[in-house]
Amino acid sequence: MNTKSPEFELPNPVRPAFDATGHDDHVIVNIGPSHPATHGTVQIIAELDGERVVRTDVHCGYLHRGFEKECESHTWHNLIPYVDRLNYVSALINDFAYCEAVETLAGVAITPRCRHLRTLLSEYSRIVDHLTCVAAGLMELGAMTAFLYLVMIRDYMYEHIADLTGARVTYTYGRIGGLARDLPDGWLARLEAILDQYEMFVGRVHGLMDRNRIFIDRMRNVGVISTADAIHWGYTGVILRSTGVPRDLRRDTPYLAYADLDFEVPVGINGDNYDRYYVRMREMDESVHMIRQLMDSLPAGPISVDDHRFTLPEKHLVYTEIESLINHFKLVMDGPQVPAGDAYAAHESPNGELGFYIVSTGSGIPAKVHVRAPSFVHMGGVHRMLDGYQLADIVPTFGSINMIGGECDR
Amino acid sequence: MGVEIGLLQQRLAPPDYDVLSGRDMPVVRLPPARLLNAVTLLKNEFHFDLFLDVTAVDWLPRQPRFEVVYHFYSTRHFGRIRLKTAVTEGDPTVDSLVSLYGSAGYMERECHDMYGIAFRGNPDLRPILLYEGFVGHPLRKDYPKLKEQPLVPYRK
Repeated sequence: MNTKSPEFELPNPVRPAFDATGHDDHVIVNIGPSHPATHGTVQIIAELDGERVVRTDVHCGYLHRGFEKECESHTWHNLIPYVDRLNYVSALINDFAYCEAVETLAGVAITPRCRHLRTLLSEYSRIVDHLTCVAAGLMELGAMTAFLYLVMIRDYMYEHIADLTGARVTYTYGRIGGLARDLPDGWLARLEAILDQYEMFVGRVHGLMDRNRIFIDRMRNVGVISTADAIHWGYTGVILRSTGVPRDLRRDTPYLAYADLDFEVPVGINGDNYDRYYVRMREMDESVHMIRQLMDSLPAGPISVDDHRFTLPEKHLVYTEIESLINHFKLVMDGPQVPAGDAYAAHESPNGELGFYIVSTGSGIPAKVHVRAPSFVHMGGVHRMLDGYQLADIVPTFGSINMIGGECDR
Repeated sequence: MGVEIGLLQQRLAPPDYDVLSGRDMPVVRLPPARLLNAVTLLKNEFHFDLFLDVTAVDWLPRQPRFEVVYHFYSTRHFGRIRLKTAVTEGDPTVDSLVSLYGSAGYMERECHDMYGIAFRGNPDLRPILLYEGFVGHPLRKDYPKLKEQPLVPYRK
């Protein structure tokens, strides 16, 4: 097709909030949606006064994946792979939050080993997510060495989680009422070795960045947000904590095994980019501390509940007895029958509160699965951190928000 | 931790309000006309300062067709609460909460996109996840999953 033909006109899919400047000397520029610093499909329409950003209109973009619509035509189990692809940097946390929502509605209590393993893997995922965010943020400021140190450790972790789940990024490892499989032999020993390497390389990154003049000039007092503003604009997680309040679901409303763990909730002072960097770095250390506690206290026992309304029977039984075969068939074809009603479950994801609101009409297919994704909510208030700063500050500020495109989509 | 359900029932009394202790958090059912009053009260008296989420449930063919569902959280007492209000297909209008919570703006836009719920008082209901000119609301139950609306015509 000839795109230059007169009958073909490409309409603009985005309507900007403003198309005229408030002042003769100002100019409107369009940043994204295809820009290395926009991390996906984000478009920022900014009015500039020289190098200073006067106002911004942020469009979170769209991937047209139809996540929520698709969930309404799959069984409760079959949509776990979709859930993985929301925040694809820490997919396990999505799995566990979704499973917990279904378990809340179905009244299923998971086993102690499952609870501990989910907690351990959530913290492991948090480290992976924070490593990615910090590494990308540093790279955008030109710190290539720090970037390579951090993504190297991240890749050790990806490969290590692949040993357990079979995939590097999107794991589909959570199951309603349990987990897909237990730890392979030697997994925990390798985990200890990776954590030691993590400490060595993160120590080097601290040495490279923390008191680096260029880094501080770019990060300190840039993208500042106050506690009151953060709450007003719906910020949770690292961004809220960077303003100086220790609000963390793991501490405030403990779920999984967090009530049994000893950990601190790091907070910032100022709510600026530097604080968000530092809170993430400190949170990873706390996650390591938690993982070590969980490794020492990992209970023995089954990883899935013995409840044949939800968990699949063991494979050898499926092949040898008719009841298990029927059970397997019904669970796969009709899906687990979740009682009618609705439930909301929230986990502290690396970005903030990740909530799943599910509605069931009592069948094997959800009537509705809604995700309260932190990245999407955070995009609604991002202009508060961009307006008034320099054009070049958009890059580190946007990096420190850690917008994940998969989560912004529906 | 959380709010006392008795206190909620006292301040949000029948016949307008119906306060239940749900499976996971207190649930308040209320008519759309009372929404702004109730949320103002929850914010000022019960310290629900964090607007978490707004979405809708399409109950086709049941009437009234839509249920708009809100979730709130308190950073002071760590309680959660869910508000539900039913609106009809003919007039799917509720009051916007942007005057109380900044974060409501973006999430109401999403709900408007997906279900066609009109938020009275939200000054910016431009499409957010859909594009300009998209017809219909994809998460409604009568919107076919495979329906296509290409922005650019397919290549022949």
